[in-house]
Amino acid sequence: MSTLIFEQSRPNRIAVAQMASAVEVKGIPAALRRTTRPLLPQVSEMQVVRHYTRLSQKNFSIDTQFYPLGSCTMKYNPRVCNSVALQPGFAGRHPYAPDTSGQGLLASMYDLQELLKEVTGMKGVSLTPAAGAQGEFAGVAMIRAYHDSRNDTARSEIIVPDAAHGTNPATAIMCGYKVKEIPTKDCGDIDIDALKAAVGPQTAGIMLTNPSTVGVFERNIKEIAKIVHDAGGLLYYDGANLNAILGKVRPGDMGFDVIHMNLHKTFSTPHGGGGPGAGPVGVSGRLLPFLPIPMVTKEGDKFRWLTEKDRPESIGRLSAFTGNIGVLIRAYVYARLLGREGMERVAEYATLNANYMAAELQKAGFELAYPERRATHEFIVTLKKEAKELNATAMDFAKRLLDYGFHAPTTYFPLMVPECLLIEPTETESKDVLDGFVAAMAKIKAEAQQDSSLLKGAPYTLPSRRLDDVRAARELDLTWKAGNVVS
Amino acid sequence: MSNIPDTLLYTSSHEWVEVLSDGTARIGITDHAQELLGDMVYVEVPEVGDEVKSGEECAVVESVKAASDVYSPISGVVVAVNETLAENPGLVNGDPYSDGWIMRIKIADQGELEELFDAESYQDVIDEEDH
Repeated sequence: MSTLIFEQSRPNRIAVAQMASAVEVKGIPAALRRTTRPLLPQVSEMQVVRHYTRLSQKNFSIDTQFYPLGSCTMKYNPRVCNSVALQPGFAGRHPYAPDTSGQGLLASMYDLQELLKEVTGMKGVSLTPAAGAQGEFAGVAMIRAYHDSRNDTARSEIIVPDAAHGTNPATAIMCGYKVKEIPTKDCGDIDIDALKAAVGPQTAGIMLTNPSTVGVFERNIKEIAKIVHDAGGLLYYDGANLNAILGKVRPGDMGFDVIHMNLHKTFSTPHGGGGPGAGPVGVSGRLLPFLPIPMVTKEGDKFRWLTEKDRPESIGRLSAFTGNIGVLIRAYVYARLLGREGMERVAEYATLNANYMAAELQKAGFELAYPERRATHEFIVTLKKEAKELNATAMDFAKRLLDYGFHAPTTYFPLMVPECLLIEPTETESKDVLDGFVAAMAKIKAEAQQDSSLLKGAPYTLPSRRLDDVRAARELDLTWKAGNVVS
Repeated sequence: MSNIPDTLLYTSSHEWVEVLSDGTARIGITDHAQELLGDMVYVEVPEVGDEVKSGEECAVVESVKAASDVYSPISGVVVAVNETLAENPGLVNGDPYSDGWIMRIKIADQGELEELFDAESYQDVIDEEDH
C-alpha cells in the first residue's frame, strides 16, 4: 500500500499555495481566529503531483478498461458534453443572476424539458431534482399530492415488485407509505394474480422498473397499468434502465403517470463516484400541477423560471436553486448530438450488445438466468453450477476477471438469482471487446476446472489483492489519527 | 446439502421456529438462508416487548452481499432477543439453529403453527427453488 499524503508530511515543507497571504485579513475578532496550524499535510508541490498521479494510475475505469457495470454505473460519456458544460457562461453563472442575463442557459433548459417530454411521452417535465433518489421522492410526493387534492386520503400502500429497483421501497417509506411487495414469476414478468390480489382502495400506486432489474422487459405492462388504474392507483416509472428503451418505447405510452430519469446514467454524466447527478421527473396530464419548481417557461421569445406564484399546487422546491445545471447541460448536449435517430441507436446497440454477449456466453457453457427471454440492455448469468461443482463462486469469477483486464460486472444482484453476474456492456463497446470478455470467462472456467484455488487468490495483478470484505464491514475503521504524523 | 433439523418448523422465506414447552418459540434463519446470504456483518434484532405479526418483517440480517428482512413466521410478543449477535453476527453463519437464534416470542395463536412447514416439506421448498 502506498503512504497517505499525511504520512509524507514534514514540518515547514510547503508549497506556494500554502504560504501566508500577502494581504492582511482584518475584521475577524481575535477570539474567532485560530491559534494553531490546521492539520494539513506539509508537502511540496512535486510530492502532491506525484501522490495524486500515482493514485489516479491505480484507477480501474472506463477510460482504461471494459466496464460491464454499464449505464447503471458508468457508460461512455462523450467529452464534448463536458467541454460545453464547462464554458464560463454556464459554469460561472451565479444562481441569483436575473433571468434576463441568462437567456441562453434558460433556452437550453427549456429545450431539454421539451426533449425529455418527447422521449418519454410525458406531458410535463421538471429538471430540478438533483439526483435519482430526489427524483423518486418528488415522484411519489406528487402521487400523494394528487390523491390529497381529491380528498382521497385513505390510500396508504405502494406496491413494489421484488424485481424493482432497490431504492423504490425506501422512497415509498420516506413518503409515508407502507410497502406491499409482490413476486416476480420465473419468466421475469410480474405475477399478475398477485397484483390483482394486492390492489384495492388502499393502493396509492405501484413503482416499477421496466425493463426490470432482472434484465427483461415487462410484457404485461398494459394490463398492469389497467389493473392499477382501475383500483384508483397511479403508476411510477423508475428510469434506472431507460438506456434499454431510449427512443424506442415511451413510458408515457405504457400508461405511466410519473417517471424519473437518471440523466447521470443515460445522458452523459458519470454516475459512479457519488455525483452530482440529475433526476428530472416527468408526469402525465393529471399530475401536471404538482411538478416541483423551478421550471422554465417560454413567453414569446423570452424564457423565465416559474415559481410558487405561477404554480401554487406544486410540491415545492427540492433545493435552494435550480438543480445541478452542469449535469443538465451535459444531458442537453448529449441529446442534441444524438438526435432522434441517434437516441434509437443507443437502445438498439445497448440491446444488441447484451444479447450477443448472452448468446456467446451460453455457447461457452454458461447458464443464463432467463434463457427463454430476450435480454434488454443487460442480462444475468447464474454461476450456481460452477459454485456447486467447481467451488468457483460469482465472486471468484469477478475477481479473476480483473486479472484479465475487465472490470467485474455487478455481482450478487439481484439477490433473487443465486450466484449471479448482472452484465451490461452498453452501446459503445465493439464486438472485439465483447468477444474478449467472453473468452476471459471461458478461460476462467477452464482454470476452475483445473484448480479452483487459483481463483480464490485472485486478483494477482492489481495494486491490492483480494480484500477481506467481511472484516472490512465488521470492523469498519475509517479514521486516520493525526498522531501518526512524523513531525 | 444444508442442515434441516427434524425438530423445527420452517417458512418458505427461510426462517425456523422452535416451539418451547412454556408457550414461547425461538426464531432464526435457516442454514440454507445463511448459505445464500454469505458472511453476516450485521444483525438488527427487535426489542423485547415488540409485537410481531406473521409474515411481517421483524429483523434485518446484513451480509457482505445484501441486507435482507427477516419475516416473523408467527405472531406474538418478543420476550427475548439474542444480544450477542450485535458483537458477533457470524453466529448466524456458524450455528444458525442454536447460538445464532434471533428472537424468542410469546406465541399469540397456536393455530398459526399449522401453516408452517416440517423439515421434509421445507426440503421440497429448497429443491423447488433450486430446480
